Amino acid sequence: MSGPAAGPSRRDFLGLFAAGSLVLALAPGAGARLRTHEESADAAATAEPFQPDLFVALAPDGALTIVAHRSEMGTGIRTALPLVLADELGADWKRVVLRQAVGDARYGDQNTDGSRSVRQFHARMRRGGAVLRQMLEAAAAQRWGVEAGAVRAENHQVVHVESGRSLGFGELVADARRQAVPDLDSVALRPSSQWRLAGPKPERVVPIADMDTILNGTATFGIDARLEGQLFAVIARPQALGDTYTTFDRDGALAVPGVVAVFPLAVSHAPHGFQALGGVAVLANSTFAALEGRRALAIDWKEGPNAGYDSEAYERTLTESARLPGKVLRNEGHALTQLSSGTPQELFAADYHVPLLAHASLEPPCALARVTTDELGAAIACELWAPTQNPQAAQGAVASALAIPPESVTVHVTLLGGGFGRKSKPDFLVEAALLAHLAGRPVHVLWTREDDLQHDYYHTVASVHMSARIGTDGQPRAWLQRSAFPPIGSTFAPGQRYGSAGELGMGFTDVPFKVPHLRVENAPADAHVRIGWLRSVAHVYHAFATSCFADELAHRAGRDPLEYLLELLGEPRHIELPSVEYSNHGHSLEEYPIDVGRLRRVTERAAELADWGRELPAGSALGIASHRSFLAYCANVVEVEVSKRGVVRIPRVHVVIDAGLVVHPERVRAQMEGAAVFGASLALFGEITATKGRVQQTNFHTYPIARLNEAPTAIHVEIIHHDGPPAGVGETGVPPFAPALCNAIFAATGKRIRRLPLARHDLSW
Amino acid sequence: MNLRINGRTHTIDGVDPRTPLLWVLRDTLGLTGTKYGCGMSLCGACTVHVDGRAVRSCVTEVGTIADAQVTTIEGLHPAADHPVQRAWREHNVPQCGYCQVGQMMSAAALIAQTPAPTDEDIDRGMAGNLCRCGTYTRIRAAIHTAAKEAAK
Repeated sequence: MSGPAAGPSRRDFLGLFAAGSLVLALAPGAGARLRTHEESADAAATAEPFQPDLFVALAPDGALTIVAHRSEMGTGIRTALPLVLADELGADWKRVVLRQAVGDARYGDQNTDGSRSVRQFHARMRRGGAVLRQMLEAAAAQRWGVEAGAVRAENHQVVHVESGRSLGFGELVADARRQAVPDLDSVALRPSSQWRLAGPKPERVVPIADMDTILNGTATFGIDARLEGQLFAVIARPQALGDTYTTFDRDGALAVPGVVAVFPLAVSHAPHGFQALGGVAVLANSTFAALEGRRALAIDWKEGPNAGYDSEAYERTLTESARLPGKVLRNEGHALTQLSSGTPQELFAADYHVPLLAHASLEPPCALARVTTDELGAAIACELWAPTQNPQAAQGAVASALAIPPESVTVHVTLLGGGFGRKSKPDFLVEAALLAHLAGRPVHVLWTREDDLQHDYYHTVASVHMSARIGTDGQPRAWLQRSAFPPIGSTFAPGQRYGSAGELGMGFTDVPFKVPHLRVENAPADAHVRIGWLRSVAHVYHAFATSCFADELAHRAGRDPLEYLLELLGEPRHIELPSVEYSNHGHSLEEYPIDVGRLRRVTERAAELADWGRELPAGSALGIASHRSFLAYCANVVEVEVSKRGVVRIPRVHVVIDAGLVVHPERVRAQMEGAAVFGASLALFGEITATKGRVQQTNFHTYPIARLNEAPTAIHVEIIHHDGPPAGVGETGVPPFAPALCNAIFAATGKRIRRLPLARHDLSW
Repeated sequence: MNLRINGRTHTIDGVDPRTPLLWVLRDTLGLTGTKYGCGMSLCGACTVHVDGRAVRSCVTEVGTIADAQVTTIEGLHPAADHPVQRAWREHNVPQCGYCQVGQMMSAAALIAQTPAPTDEDIDRGMAGNLCRCGTYTRIRAAIHTAAKEAAK
């Protein structure tokens, strides 16, 4: 873990390696090359500039350093990607030292969201390991005077297969450095049968790299970053987005023992983007003093452009918007004609609604910053330590706030105490940078839970109107779905009222159901809070509406929901979207098709594992939903137990995921378990409301997340192995949970939930 | 003011006795293993032991515990090898890891008081500790394992 002691300078960087290390750079787009400036102990004195890139370094003592350039927020990625490299190399994982990368575009993409770390980087990590392996094998073969094909790297040594002779990796470093560097793109890889630790069937489970420090309490999260002489800061932010302050009691705050300074910060205006929200900051020599000082501020707030926002009235407007014609995104056949000519018995419509949600990572946003200034006090450089999912965006945002070049901003990525998309937005790093500049000494900004819940980049509020005309077989002949939600784009550009192709491509334009007349629309909506992305993003409300509606239609037809769903999905096929603007997460449909066969398979398997159709006592039932997201396929069967009085228990969940190639199945299971709990939280309790533009939830008593006794008691996960390329895992488990739960509740109680969360509803029966 | 933490006595000067123990541990003594999550005794991230009982340090004023024995994660076991820590490792419980210190402190207190906890005991004993990553099924399994280990 890079802590405050590990500075960013080139000398420090070089100090990471023993003299004579073999350092391979795996620069994006530039293949593999030997790093030359570490070749002698005095390399730091040479003029060659520091060149960050993904790298692997092998020291003469055999220590293997691998750069981890993605942020660790609980997915295990800091372990999984380096493990891929080590496995291909034939390294002993115990000899691996991880170095967390600072933010720098030259590492390639570091924005750890979108469930894409493995998808984007496993190939480079595997190839990087292969390049180093071949150099070591060539060196050993040369030493022994044998063919390169006669030796093999395994367990941190190269072995001559015939004679059994071996040389440790460290012993080969000097010779290996003189070998030609194989081409990164065409280097020969081990067959998958030789994968030992990173792949679908590892020999043993490799624990996450930070296990020991997490268990003994020494792991460094953003909240734990410390610098000599730092101040602790909290900020009173605008109560409604865009409110401004007029007066505040600076002296009152300064009178609190321990308070050192009070700084007003300019209030941000739309589009808010990654700007600091502004407000009044209190800096003190302890968190407690800062909090006490903030209480004494007595700020007089002046209402801004969102002070009229009332979430209850807004919900009615949004639902109305979703009922009116919108922008057409996909249109097959003649859905409108079919719907307008149907008899009342044939027509069925329903409106679904999912409220604003907060991320509520257990570690709230926080950041430590140190700013270097010139003799006039102007900022020259800034160094930060923070739990950020996106250190490069942080560089840019901090640079812009301090009016310095991005290269002058160094962002050290600590462990993240949860992220879920919140920590992709670097506004909290900007705050720390601004305050460290004003204070002239390091400042650590902490968001309290109240700050976190009241000033989040919320998961958007959405209404979805669903309408169908049912044929004589009970299946829909025509299907119209229309969503309305303030888009993420509203946070970044003025006047954005429609969803982006990316948002609408998340389980909506790509709805996989086989209906002859199908129409997908999006209707406009205005934003009154900062809208951001939260785990699974638009899939959450799209899966909720489409999967619950399918279940409603099944019951309406008097059919078994599983059987009906499989019929609605239709035969195994690839769905083409010829006239739809569809990003497919940046991949072609050839590489990652919308494969109905795979979706059917997870659905059928989850049902089989859950023993679908089994008898359950009154008040108990199973519900099913399946959904393709982040290029992977996931099905949930949720078993629910609703007491007479309406108390919900979730004794069991069966999750089946097909994410193509998986590199750390044990962590994939963990992600699925966590996703079911995350899904339970949002389905049972998740709701942010506002009056006068002010968010009403303040802490976990008003914004509950599932507790141990409320979460699913047992979560059974099965991974279906598929030869396809790796797909997303971190978010894929969430979307099917809420609809599967609500479908189960209907089966158990006859109560249909179209509006989350469940806490709003009387479920007694 | 003197505080007895992990077997050592710390003299704390100039600290408001109303200060929550959490901030004294983290800001004054540099014991950052204990985490902040809510400040209102709602999430359990700040759980420590005071005279063997699990308490939320975010609402425990230091002025009230001058004579008590405080144990934090740093002092749970000299080699971080408490049965709970071993069981957490065996079950690969942590995801992000942030809440796990509080979870382990609650779990350790639970099995000290209830050596063979039932699922219902675990529901009761652990309901105060939130995990946003959702590691609860493993926490439950790890507590059963730790209890068996501790009983040996």
